Amino acid sequence: MERAVHNQADQQPRQNIVNRLDFLDKKTPIYTPILGILGILIIWETLSQLEVVSALYLPAPSTILAMGWGMFTTGEIHTNLLASLIRLAAGFAIGASLGIVIGLILGFFRWLDAMFIPVVYSLFPIPKIALLPLFIMWLGVGETPKVTLIAIGVFFPILINTYTGVKNIDPSLIKAAVTFGAKPFNIIRKVILPGALPMVFAGLKVAASISLLLLVAAEMIAALNGVGAMILRYGNLMMTTNLMVGVLILSLLGLLFNRLLEWAERKLLPWK
Amino acid sequence: MRITVENVEKRYIDSNKQEVTALKNINCTIAEQEFVVLVGPSGCGKSTLLNIVGGLLSPSSGSVYFEGVQGKEPRLSIVFQEIALFPWRTVYENVIFGLEERGASKKEQQEKGRHYIEMVGLSGFESAYPKQLSGGMKQRAGIARALAVEPDLLLMDEPFSALDAQTRTIMQEELLSIWDRTKLSTLYVTHNIQEAVYLADRVIVMSRRPGEIKSIIPINLPKIGRDREEHRLEFERYVDQIWQLIRNDAQAALKEGE
Repeated sequence: MERAVHNQADQQPRQNIVNRLDFLDKKTPIYTPILGILGILIIWETLSQLEVVSALYLPAPSTILAMGWGMFTTGEIHTNLLASLIRLAAGFAIGASLGIVIGLILGFFRWLDAMFIPVVYSLFPIPKIALLPLFIMWLGVGETPKVTLIAIGVFFPILINTYTGVKNIDPSLIKAAVTFGAKPFNIIRKVILPGALPMVFAGLKVAASISLLLLVAAEMIAALNGVGAMILRYGNLMMTTNLMVGVLILSLLGLLFNRLLEWAERKLLPWK
Repeated sequence: MRITVENVEKRYIDSNKQEVTALKNINCTIAEQEFVVLVGPSGCGKSTLLNIVGGLLSPSSGSVYFEGVQGKEPRLSIVFQEIALFPWRTVYENVIFGLEERGASKKEQQEKGRHYIEMVGLSGFESAYPKQLSGGMKQRAGIARALAVEPDLLLMDEPFSALDAQTRTIMQEELLSIWDRTKLSTLYVTHNIQEAVYLADRVIVMSRRPGEIKSIIPINLPKIGRDREEHRLEFERYVDQIWQLIRNDAQAALKEGE
């Protein structure tokens, strides 16, 4: 009897249960990230070669690369890139170090926090490029107003991120540090600073793109050399290919900057 | 050296602007080499009391002091419920934190660091970061950090409450064997009655609203091996005695939804 029931059950139509979340685990091959870029470049190159778009408006990637090589060998890229890099590095270094230090101080000391955070939040929304004429008036036409502009531009987002990072530190860590005898300076050095560091890096990354933006804008408004000035000059001359070389340099510069920060983050935050 | 809590009272203003008495009329002592467990329902102020003893909170009135200090600064350390290891420091660097702050020599840091890491069974994990450890191992590191400063009073604030039941049982056993080797004066806070009876020389039972000492119960069982069969009845009797003392309060706490 039992046997018969079993047999009957066997003959029932059945439906296997399958993993419906399978699609979440689908892997893509390692070459997929470059497929997109490569595809766009091929289409662009083809359209240019077939002269669907005029070379005056959008030159072919191969032409841009060739022109880039030419400008590299004449040394034109060196001088402009170097001028830009010095402004960028000086401005970023000054703004970032001030932003981190002041962010830590405002986050830690209640009095200074209450006094100065309203000041920070009222200055933060000003589009910093609007200050360039003022800086030129104050500081003359040399490198200082441009470096100052970049420094001010990166200072605020880094300060605000650092400050937020300090405010978000787990209070039990400060409790632990105090329990084991840490004095205020060591609390800042050994708890507040490392605790805020992930947020500091988030700030540095935001600031990196802001610094590039301000660099180019400042160079277009008030500079004789630099990648921004170079792009503007070729634009005025309608030399699109040379202009595109400048754009390409900026894109590579941005990419490199980001990678550099990510590398530093991995080095400094191995515990994340 | 012994620690005395004298007439401690703690009042604060809650979010409804009402004055709440969290602790009232607290008097107790922790003798040298004594393991005292504070037990009570949630909201009885036992963690508040531990924070006051640990110097992380001031009492509204009353005082806490060490007696018999022979010219040296008494040392305290705490094992936290939140564990509170520094995530950017390795196990070793966490364990020696207190020694660093005390200005101990590199050699002393290394010796004591190694000694206490071995004692809590974390040898081989010295250079691991906290996030790489399981909950039980994290708390072992927390215990090693507290032991490494060789404190005159060790405070433990529900150290195993975040662990699963099996890990917790193992950790309780290990804590006893560590205590047996170090014989540190200890104040241990828990809401788990079995844990209290298993670990304590004396159990301080607290009531809630206001948090007062309801009863102090000495546990007259051998310190090691209380979970053995021959002590089962007496063990249960202590557990039941404490449970009857706090049962009503625990029910009240449940209704208030804390």
